[in-house]
Amino acid sequence: MDINFTAKDQAFRSEVRGFLHTQLPLELIDKVRGGLRLGKQDYLYWQRILYRQGWGAPMWPREFGGTGWSPVQQQIFDEECSGADAPLQLPFGLRMVAPVIMAFGNKSQQDYFLPRIVNGTDWWCQGYSEPGSGSDLASLKMRAERISTSDGEHYLVNGQKTWTTLGQHANWIFCLVRTSSSGRQQEGISFLLIDMQTPGVTVRPIIMLDGEHEINEVWFEDVKVPVQNLVGQENKGWTYAKFLLGHERTGIAGVGRSKRELKRLKVIARKETSNGRPLLEDQRFRDRIAQVELELMALEITNLRVLSAEGKQHAPGPEASILKIKGSEIQQTLSELMMQALGHYALPWLPEALDAGWRGEPVGADYAAPLSGHYFNFRKTTIYGGSNEIQKNIIAQMILGL
Amino acid sequence: MDFNYTEEQLALQDTLRRYLAKDYGFEQRRALAKSAEGYSRTHWRQFADLGILALPFPEEFGGITVDGGNAVDNMLVMEMFGRSLVLEPYLTTVILCGGLIRDAGSQKQKKQILPAIGGGELLMALAHYEAQGRYQPSHVASTAQPDGGGFIINGAKAVVLGGGAAGKLIVSARTSGGTNDSNGISLFIVAHDAPGVTLRSYATQDGARAAEVKLTDVRVAKDALIGTQDAALPLIQRALDYAVAALCAEAVGAMTALNEATLEYIKTRKQFGQPIGRFQTLQHRMVDMLMATEQARSMTILAAVRVDANDPNDPNDANDANVTIARRRAISAAKAYVGQSARSVGQSAVQLHGGMGVVDELNVSHYFKRLTMINATFGDADYHLGCFSDSLLAA
Ligand SMILES: Cc1cc2nc3c(=O)[nH]c(=O)nc-3n(C[C@H](O)[C@H](O)[C@H](O)COP(=O)(O)OP(=O)(O)OC[C@H]3O[C@@H](n4cnc5c(N)ncnc54)[C@H](O)[C@@H]3O)c2cc1C
Repeated sequence: MDINFTAKDQAFRSEVRGFLHTQLPLELIDKVRGGLRLGKQDYLYWQRILYRQGWGAPMWPREFGGTGWSPVQQQIFDEECSGADAPLQLPFGLRMVAPVIMAFGNKSQQDYFLPRIVNGTDWWCQGYSEPGSGSDLASLKMRAERISTSDGEHYLVNGQKTWTTLGQHANWIFCLVRTSSSGRQQEGISFLLIDMQTPGVTVRPIIMLDGEHEINEVWFEDVKVPVQNLVGQENKGWTYAKFLLGHERTGIAGVGRSKRELKRLKVIARKETSNGRPLLEDQRFRDRIAQVELELMALEITNLRVLSAEGKQHAPGPEASILKIKGSEIQQTLSELMMQALGHYALPWLPEALDAGWRGEPVGADYAAPLSGHYFNFRKTTIYGGSNEIQKNIIAQMILGL
Repeated sequence: MDFNYTEEQLALQDTLRRYLAKDYGFEQRRALAKSAEGYSRTHWRQFADLGILALPFPEEFGGITVDGGNAVDNMLVMEMFGRSLVLEPYLTTVILCGGLIRDAGSQKQKKQILPAIGGGELLMALAHYEAQGRYQPSHVASTAQPDGGGFIINGAKAVVLGGGAAGKLIVSARTSGGTNDSNGISLFIVAHDAPGVTLRSYATQDGARAAEVKLTDVRVAKDALIGTQDAALPLIQRALDYAVAALCAEAVGAMTALNEATLEYIKTRKQFGQPIGRFQTLQHRMVDMLMATEQARSMTILAAVRVDANDPNDPNDANDANVTIARRRAISAAKAYVGQSARSVGQSAVQLHGGMGVVDELNVSHYFKRLTMINATFGDADYHLGCFSDSLLAA
């Protein structure tokens, strides 16, 4: 057993660090570090820089335009990027639809879509959940009927998706649709790629509890989708969807990001004062930081264990559910402690202070404004990507055989 | 032993319940939270007409009962307010500042201020906590220098609840001693528009309002002083204890309403062909929420009864250190416990609602945010657990 990084891994780490040092724009660092709003252009800006370096798809195999990095290298990359305050590479294209297209799509889909994901041409969003189908995804109702028209074979799509993250920026959505209502629910689902500029697609904002617009409803009214946009076989979409969910869950562990947030928490706890002394000297608060650090140390190794065991082309197994549960809980605790550190300054709500251009005088410390909102917002992490209750059901069934 | 409300209290509760049900619906409240002032003068007037703005005051100063209402009355009102997430600055004006003047003000101050509060004409705010002190009530760096017959006040006050709407502030400042000393703090009544007072008002996470207050060479006359010079800390602590007891009651009201909403939701929301309330893990979580709320309610009753225990007007009580210690222990116990319950009930309610728990459109997230902010106000669960825990050493 050797849990140390190899010399090669270390060299890789310095290479990534050197790259970030010279290529990660300061304006992006400032936004990420300050917990400020990131716009569509910010994400694309960073994606294109990575693309030019050949690192646009750190988790893809070389043959599809990825880096071909080992899972451990990917982990190092993620950690370095988070540590340097780089924006997140959004998962919807890179981690979600791309693996499905690679594994089940045809050659022309691979040739068309994959390069456009890496170079930042397309912005994908995920159309799984519906108002009546959240945890019970297989009950989804959005219909796709096959029709023949003068301009070829199409699906006519009608229904609604919801909770669609950053759908307001997207030009493509991958959807689970119902193509058959006979047999088991799971057997009538297909995986369809839909151009959001098609007539009949409407995106409506849902405002979250922190006042931000991050999620949407997407409505489909007689939307004509060419049959070429079906991935794999009709009525086999459930298999592909489950494959994808495994990929979604490992991303959610967020070890690199949590390591960065832990550092930030410690900085805040040194700056905040309690009765004139640094809050970090308060044993009760310090123990809370220590406790979450223990959880994170364990998760880091668990994550590496899962990654090392995982073969390159295989979807992660039910162990991914452990990463999702622990990862989301840690993220929530970190955001909660940062808010708690503020004391009374958790109260002010200054949405204008979350814009990078804002030059007003902060209320309380300059890092205070986003922290309570983040705490509220991060309650989502135990709900999305399959709620933590559902993850526990998976572990109970798949690992424990209960 | 009797845990029941009196008939008068039940009547008041009923009136309030009906008023809030009719005029304080979720959508009405949402609009209010977004309005410029963040509260409604119409509601405030109605509260005055219902007599609740004078509830804690003796008849002599506009109250409805001879001696004024007690903390159990406050509890009743605040619980109703918690259920409806009432935004009006009742806690700061009536309980905190009104209570302070009632207990420590001069006859003249009481005459001037209490009827004005009770009649709905005057809003007040307590400008006490400071940025560096966190929740420590003895941490006062602001100063008041004697000057002629009066004082000159300098300093800055943090997150003054209801500060922007207040006509008068009660400001704590040091007349002697070092920043963290218990002795040497004095309280002053300061007009919001006195030269040298700057207020920066802002919305809070729960839709209410607070302000940063700066005091630069603010001159006040001698009669602005409340109580004895240098000896304000016990007055401040007692007023804060009243406020904490009231906040606990508000939290219990909010938790009760949130539990009702969540129970209803898990009974009606279906997944996998059945109400999600059939899943045992959710049942147990809902049971935990119920237990946390009932235990918090018990602690809140304890706090309300204990906070009234030492009456500064009663010479036997006022100087009885043991009574004060028992009161402070009960208050810290209650705030710690209620804070923990508010946290877990709020988080669970959101989780049980799934995506619906994190949207602005539903009341769930609003209860969650208010509960979170109650925990952060006047000492969070860890702070009060610490106070309670430290008191074990003294015993
Ligand atoms: C911020 C955010 C972003 C999202 N982004 C996307 C996106 O981009 N695309 C997309 O398709 N979806 C997205 N989702 C949707 C997300 O996947 C669903 O919210 C999630 O699957 C839960 O579904 P639900 O909200 O309908 O809750 P429900 O399924 O109604 O669940 C409510 C509660 O019941 C529990 N529960 C349900 N079934 C069981 C069971 N069998 N056993 C025990 N407990 C159970 C749940 O754990 C939860 O606590 C997002 C959600 C959020 C909050």
